[in-house]
Amino acid sequence: MKHHQFNFQRFWAIVAKEFIQMRRDRLTFGMMIGIPMMQLILFGFAINSDPKHLPTAVLSADHSVFARSFVSALKNSAYFDVRHELHSEAELDRVLDHGEVQFAIQIPADFSRRLLRGERPALLLAADATDPAASGGAIAALHLLVDSALNHDLKGPLQKLRASPGPIELIIHRRYNPEIITQYNIVPGLMGVVLTMTMVIITALAITRERERGTMENLLSTPARPGEVMIGKIVPYIMVGYLQAILVLLAARYLFQVPVIGSVTLLMIVILLFIAANLAVGITFSTLARNQLQAMQMSFFFFLPSILLSGFMFPFRGMPVWAQYLGEILPLTHFLRIVRGILLKGNDLSDIAPGLWPIALFLVAMLALGIHRYRQTLD
Amino acid sequence: MKPPPESVIDVQGVTKRFGDRTVVNRIDLRVLRGEIFGFLGPNGSGTSTFLRILCGLLTPDEGSGRCLGHDIRSDRAAIKREVGYMTQRFSFYEDLTIQENLDFIARIYAVANRAAAVRQSLQTLGLTERGHQLAGQLSGGWKQRLALAACLIHQPQLLLLDEPTAGVDPKARRDFWEQIHRLAAQGLTVLITTHYMDEAERCHRLAYLAYGNLLTHGTVAEVVQGANLTTYEISGPLLHRLADQLRGQPGVEQVVAFGNTLHVSGRNALQLHQSLAPARSDPYHCRAITSGLEDVFISLMDTARDNFR
Ligand SMILES: Nc1ncnc2c1ncn2[C@@H]1O[C@H](COP(=O)(O)OP(=O)(O)OP(=O)(O)O)[C@@H](O)[C@H]1O
Ligand SMILES: [Mg+2]
Repeated sequence: MKHHQFNFQRFWAIVAKEFIQMRRDRLTFGMMIGIPMMQLILFGFAINSDPKHLPTAVLSADHSVFARSFVSALKNSAYFDVRHELHSEAELDRVLDHGEVQFAIQIPADFSRRLLRGERPALLLAADATDPAASGGAIAALHLLVDSALNHDLKGPLQKLRASPGPIELIIHRRYNPEIITQYNIVPGLMGVVLTMTMVIITALAITRERERGTMENLLSTPARPGEVMIGKIVPYIMVGYLQAILVLLAARYLFQVPVIGSVTLLMIVILLFIAANLAVGITFSTLARNQLQAMQMSFFFFLPSILLSGFMFPFRGMPVWAQYLGEILPLTHFLRIVRGILLKGNDLSDIAPGLWPIALFLVAMLALGIHRYRQTLD
Repeated sequence: MKPPPESVIDVQGVTKRFGDRTVVNRIDLRVLRGEIFGFLGPNGSGTSTFLRILCGLLTPDEGSGRCLGHDIRSDRAAIKREVGYMTQRFSFYEDLTIQENLDFIARIYAVANRAAAVRQSLQTLGLTERGHQLAGQLSGGWKQRLALAACLIHQPQLLLLDEPTAGVDPKARRDFWEQIHRLAAQGLTVLITTHYMDEAERCHRLAYLAYGNLLTHGTVAEVVQGANLTTYEISGPLLHRLADQLRGQPGVEQVVAFGNTLHVSGRNALQLHQSLAPARSDPYHCRAITSGLEDVFISLMDTARDNFR
């Protein structure tokens, strides 16, 4: 039947209308640009900051000159703020557990003896890695610190001990969080997070707004078909999504010096799929919600697992299996892998293909659900 | 092309329930081409609901029929393309200008020569100068006029107008009705709901709905005659005292003040005549008149309340 077909002119009428409305709604438009900016700045500071004066505890079982000069070097460094001198391992566990210190450094009893014998004694650094970004810089500094402190004391006949692989072995235990999230992980990931957040919300409001303002009754009485309305409402926001993606990409490259190894063109093409998937979620929510508040709540309901289970906040492999399964459903999970793969590892299309089809599947399923749920009557 | 069907609307037994409330109850209706058909009823009687069923916005729970020759259940898409529906509440985009709204509707209906159609529509409205004003900034009456213009832009075969003149000034209302009659003369069929009696009298035929039930339909004369109502007009001093005295007397169903006169009506002519004895002596003057539509409708509503509540 002829009138059951997708009509391009009606579709275009919706697109044009949405563009005009978007232009008139300055506040919402400002938010769509403002949210990525704000997130970039917030996350950007967290990433940029190289925290110093981190609370540190020292458990020294050795009282040699080496141990003492190491501790004083620690005290002089900007990274470590030695707050506790401990006397037992139980105490060490306690201060770490309670979060009183970020680091606990343990110097074994036979430290100087083994050092002098050239046996490379172990120096144990236990780091509270729940906030891994906080400890990265300090750990790097410790390596240098050990070398310079000991080199100062290793003079004359002991000088031979300085030779590589270094006089001691530095053992680092990152407690609580085995993986490390680096700044390179976060900024590209932010692109996915920003898109998920704004794209879903903005379209979730799209149809509920029509219903609340009473314009839906009019729209439903016209020959416009569900597909035309829904896709017509999605298209203008795809452009907004691109604007946001480009914004984040520029910031990543020039503000945070994230390396861009892979093809930006490929990334731009793949983003289309991801944006469309999120818009489809929003549109579907908007067919389910009765009012704008409900639409908003549903958006957050989707946004939270996206941000928590996708590997943006926590390492994906560190999550329980059921959470991983949930995460695999979400488009953000796959998009994060893709965007990191392209930007950081220089992945090409064949590398990212395994992440593309789950997003495509999600998109199709969401659109189908949305079109199915779109009520053509007021019943 | 097949010849246009004689009856534009032809439905039987249309019923709509919301939960366990029956809002439209087994309504049969035929409206002929070129007719202006008035649809009246007290608030909440189901007039809007019935219009929505006709234009495919609601699915009837029972009943069947055709609208413009298309089945009201299975062929909604076809109906939508040929019907102009004006909602009771303003339902155009307030954040679009007048012109953009008209343009949007013209696009949705795939109007040929769109720019000309929009310009023509603005001109008819007398809004050519204000085409770039946001629709949300229009006054209530102007919004109504914009809505009417918008639902005429695709030259529909049937107009379903839900209280199109609510809040519109008398001059604009007269213009509106002249336009409607002109369009009807050209073959457009109009189904219009209203609460105004003068507008009801301008319809070719009308129907009265109460609590979802179709109580009466026909021309104004037929409706008045069918109601079997007797009405007297009483004039004289201190009419409000007489009114108090008459209310509640056997056969007196309505006592309504009309300026310096009192209209008293009832369906039982004999009882009414007897009860009006005090009004026939000095200082009052009493004479029988033809009942007005309003008297008839109020009488119908009272009956309906007794029968259906
Ligand atoms: N979607 C709905 N869900 C539940 N009840 C409804 C719905 N729409 C209408 N109703 C009820 O159906 C009844 C008839 O509504 P309708 O809008 O048809 O009245 P109306 O005759 O147009 O009244 P008015 O003259 O005030 O516009 C009302 O009591 C209303 O509360
Ligand atoms: Mg109504």
